[in-house]
Amino acid sequence: MNTVDYLIYAFLAISMIFNLLGSIALHRFPDVYTRLHGATKTTTFGTIFAVLAVIVHAAYQLRETGNPKYLQMALHSIVALVALLLTNPTGAHAIAKAAHLSGYKPVRAVVDAYEDKLRGDSE
Amino acid sequence: MPFMVAFVFAYVTWLVLTAGTNGLLWSTQELIAGLIFAGIIAYATKDVVGDESTRFLNPLRWVGFIAYAPVLFWGMVKANFDVAYRVITGKINPGIVRVPVELENDAQYTILSNSITLTPGTLTIDACPEEKALYVHWINVTDPHPESSEPVAGSFERWARRLGR
Repeated sequence: MNTVDYLIYAFLAISMIFNLLGSIALHRFPDVYTRLHGATKTTTFGTIFAVLAVIVHAAYQLRETGNPKYLQMALHSIVALVALLLTNPTGAHAIAKAAHLSGYKPVRAVVDAYEDKLRGDSE
Repeated sequence: MPFMVAFVFAYVTWLVLTAGTNGLLWSTQELIAGLIFAGIIAYATKDVVGDESTRFLNPLRWVGFIAYAPVLFWGMVKANFDVAYRVITGKINPGIVRVPVELENDAQYTILSNSITLTPGTLTIDACPEEKALYVHWINVTDPHPESSEPVAGSFERWARRLGR
């Protein structure tokens, strides 16, 4: 065990905690919108740290062994992270809009300005 | 020009994906094959990419995106701990608010609404450029009728205006 190993384990622990919180959020929150918050975004944050752990591991191994497959490993993880950061909010937005247009109302909502707008448009 | 933009992006993506597969950097065959594939992709997509895309070749814009990354990441850290607290305690106060914004083009709307969605606690449901507003699902509504995007998105609107110009 050296410092790099501790760093990797710390990143993995943060990643697992936030992914676990995302799963718990699915059980605890009452409707599709609040569940989307937990399920899509805490897991994005957790996955960022999982990718960071891979990058640290690959960079360290590249320096130690000089094997170019570790460079490939790090670069491909970064590409995966960029794709995730671009598609995740878009997907969450699409699900939320589709749910609202299908008539699922937010539970316990204090205000629903979008409902007012849709009603205003149809009149 | 749209051909060049698509070509540069396709070729850079090819270089990133093939680095390290055969030696530490690229072999001559890989570089030439990349030129051919990037050319095919650029020719096929040049009508989809459009003329306005040339502004994304400006290196100053890329410096801006790199400077934005830590700001966005710090927003995500703060907001994730907030949502983690709400997951554990179950204290939520949700609602959909209308957020008036001062933006000009589609790129700015995309950047701002994706940033809002990436920071937990807020989720963009719809963007309405014709009435200059975003509809945002907010997990803890503190202000049911916000006058600006400040309470929802902090400084993100200024960044989106600068980056998407």
